Amino acid sequence: MPSYTFTANGENVTVDAADDEPLLWVLRDMLGITGPKYGCGINVCKACTSLLDGEAVNPCSVKVSTVQGREVTTIEGLADGDTLHPVQQAWLERDVAQCGYCQPGQIMAAVALLQRTTNPTDAEIDEIENVCRCGTYVRIREAIKSAAGKLG
Amino acid sequence: MTKFPTSDSRDHTVSFSESGPSGSSGSMNRRRFLAYAAATPVLTVAIRLGLDSAAPATAAAVVPSPPDPSEVFDIADAIVYASKPTMGLVVLEVGEDGQVRLELPRQEMGQGITTAMAMLIAEEMEVPLDHVDVPLADGRPELMFNQMTAGSCTLRTFYDPLRVLAATARARMIATAGRQWGVAPDRLSVRDGVVHAPDGRNASYGSLSAAAAKLSLPDLKVSPKPESEHKIVGTSTPRIDGHDIVTGRKQFTTDVAVPGAMPTMLRRPPTIQGTVEAVHNAAEVEQLPGVIGVTTVPTGVAVMAETFERARRGVNALDVTFGPGPIDGESNESIMQQLRRSIVPLAVPEVGAQTVDAEFEWPAANNAALEPECAVADVGSDRAEIWSGFQSPIVAQQRIAQELGLTQDQVTTHVMPAGGGFGRRVFWDAAMEAALVSQALGRPARVMWHRTDDMRHARVRPPTYNKIRASVLGGQVVSYEQRVAGAATDFRQGLGEILTYSADAFPTVGPRKAVGNDLFEEAVFTLMVSSPYNFGAYTKEMIPVKVGDGSTSFGMNTTSYRSVPCQTARGCEEIVADELAALLGMDPVDFRRAHVKDDRARAVLDKAAEVAGWGKRMPAGFAQGVGYHLESRSHHACIVELDARDTERPRVTRATSVLDVGKPINPLGLQAQMLGCLIDALSLTLTAGLHIVDGLPLEGSYSQYHFARQDDSPLEVHNIVMPPNDGRMGGSGEVGMAAPTGAIANAYAKATGNKPRRFPLHFPVDFEPIPPGKLPEPAFP
Ligand code: FES
Ligand code: FES
Repeated sequence: MPSYTFTANGENVTVDAADDEPLLWVLRDMLGITGPKYGCGINVCKACTSLLDGEAVNPCSVKVSTVQGREVTTIEGLADGDTLHPVQQAWLERDVAQCGYCQPGQIMAAVALLQRTTNPTDAEIDEIENVCRCGTYVRIREAIKSAAGKLG
Repeated sequence: MTKFPTSDSRDHTVSFSESGPSGSSGSMNRRRFLAYAAATPVLTVAIRLGLDSAAPATAAAVVPSPPDPSEVFDIADAIVYASKPTMGLVVLEVGEDGQVRLELPRQEMGQGITTAMAMLIAEEMEVPLDHVDVPLADGRPELMFNQMTAGSCTLRTFYDPLRVLAATARARMIATAGRQWGVAPDRLSVRDGVVHAPDGRNASYGSLSAAAAKLSLPDLKVSPKPESEHKIVGTSTPRIDGHDIVTGRKQFTTDVAVPGAMPTMLRRPPTIQGTVEAVHNAAEVEQLPGVIGVTTVPTGVAVMAETFERARRGVNALDVTFGPGPIDGESNESIMQQLRRSIVPLAVPEVGAQTVDAEFEWPAANNAALEPECAVADVGSDRAEIWSGFQSPIVAQQRIAQELGLTQDQVTTHVMPAGGGFGRRVFWDAAMEAALVSQALGRPARVMWHRTDDMRHARVRPPTYNKIRASVLGGQVVSYEQRVAGAATDFRQGLGEILTYSADAFPTVGPRKAVGNDLFEEAVFTLMVSSPYNFGAYTKEMIPVKVGDGSTSFGMNTTSYRSVPCQTARGCEEIVADELAALLGMDPVDFRRAHVKDDRARAVLDKAAEVAGWGKRMPAGFAQGVGYHLESRSHHACIVELDARDTERPRVTRATSVLDVGKPINPLGLQAQMLGCLIDALSLTLTAGLHIVDGLPLEGSYSQYHFARQDDSPLEVHNIVMPPNDGRMGGSGEVGMAAPTGAIANAYAKATGNKPRRFPLHFPVDFEPIPPGKLPEPAFP
């Protein structure tokens, strides 16, 4: 079995995995990084959203072979030690979460959006496709705007 | 277990006998010394018989309907009643570190009950909120009927007992410090978990805990704080698990680190509840890279592997012959025909009056919790441990023990917080599979359903057909009749037993008789659905229909869905209410104001109309719509603005929600529930449903089952929680479903001129269905 080395939340990791093993299962089943959640496995629910070299990706549909030497950031790697990322902070201030299952993906999607634009429009926020079955969308929108205010 | 005598509850006093700490289980952490149980029924809240208000201002102008059974005793009352006898077994502990801990015998699936419980405890004990931990208790069979999460009544059940419990713990801390210092307890005070004497001496709860557990205090008198002194209860408080959620630390079922529990997926039949007849290549599949084992369980063929992807590939490599399921011959249309045929006739004839006659159809729907069905199980020869998002862990434990050939006490059900529930997790389908797989393969199993299976094979919200006739005579609504035929809802999750137990307390004969005959669904319908309006003669009836060929005991596999029969049944009535208003030439809000049965109902309608700017001019293609609902003693009004310029894809752009729960504990949490219900109702009304074709839903993922996303969600929501009023607490997890359903449908009718009759309103098969059988490939670029 081939071996792949990449950075996961700032740490160098090496795994033996099939080249077409989805990154999600490398993270969850091999490395015990369980922040990214499974919701569909076919890149339509976005629950697994994480960052690859700073860009939003969906690890359920990324082959581990394509992350060799690259930098993977999951929800666990977002805060700077005990200091939360402004998006995480905004999420707490708006008390966004209900069950919480979708929220790691929602937060990572928001982080990626705010990296592209510091002042997202409603239309840009609408483009976030992450499903929240608990229906927290209104608070997500508010939290993104509040985080944008702080980041911008 | 320490024995606590039952107290006379009238003076809010609790007495305790002294035999040291009591624990909920043998594994109680030794370092926690103080553990108390509340004596049974403390602060009994009498069930009030009769209506809240005769609505004098309008009663003369409408034809009153007689009180409905659900107004005097609803489904939540049944659960509260059945929970009481064992409430004394619920325990509060204080550790040496000063942390207060309640193992809550309920499920937290996003509805915020752990936060509300922590607030109640922090309030009474005078400790900061972060000194309170509320983990979920394992299944505890001794709790009997007191460990089922349903009916929007967790707070209603725990509000009084938990306050007394916490007040007792506080009183003992004070008494202990008083004894140590030789100071009368009434001269001591508590701040932030520290007892203070007037002379400046102080001691933390943590330091007092061991002594407090040993002290004999036979005459301890306890009263919870007067509500007027509440500082935490009633204020908006963020979730206690918020930090764990935003940092990815919150653990759900499949995240639990059970050593050696390997990923497992199942190959399921090509139709709902089909059977496995033969597996032709198990040995071959076992040789595939990463595959650990293959075994057959009643619901499919399981493949255990190193990762879920290897398990999925194993599943797809299987060659299996399946037998038919009970609804192979059924599709949405044939099911609906059967329901239509089963409707019993209306009682009021169609003569002499103007009538609104309407028929409504709702297809099956998937609860679609984002966390799919999943469980972890570790089964040995004489014991089993199972982790899952159980809503009914005691019944699950019984049934799983039976299947495994173990006794109930050999099986532990660990209740994990669920990634959404919405009624799905009252059953334990994945837990049963995980247990059987673990037993067969002799190692722990981590079972997760692929989303495609979850969409197609999970229990569904039953499809329903509603027939309504309302008649108007002499400018007044004189009758309202509703018949609902639905695919029978499975109540074998524990609620049936609870209803049987509490049937003696039902104030009316109808539901008591239904329960006596095991007709739980009729009983639930009677105890939940009632017209909140004075529409004169009122009849309602639920007809459960067994859909299928009779090869299974229950027919189609169903479960409850948030608000059980209310979202559809009452949503339909809200549409009829608008049509009656039109017949009478009345404004829909005025019409409701005139016909509701009490002032709280009028108050939420008035508030919603004011905040939403009801009646303002809307641009072409836009419309406002209103809905009102009463459930679990709570009143809810909703007004939406709908942009229906594109009739194929209407969007709710703005919503106003006004909720009155009588006694709000956490307004922020209540608002979250209303947002959740709004999005849920919006999805079911506009786009979300299952197309069952020849025994299998076509929908196979979120790209096909259209649950709302950000771009379907309103841009603006005014979310109002009314201040406390009459002191009776209502529920909130489900009441928010029916009013938005009515409001959205009514706005749609106004904007498009089409009468809303078949739901969801936009329901094309706008996708290429995933072929049945194999699980879809990852969407690699
Ligand atoms: S699990 Fe990755 S997008 Fe759904
Ligand atoms: S918070 Fe539950 S799915 Fe989003």
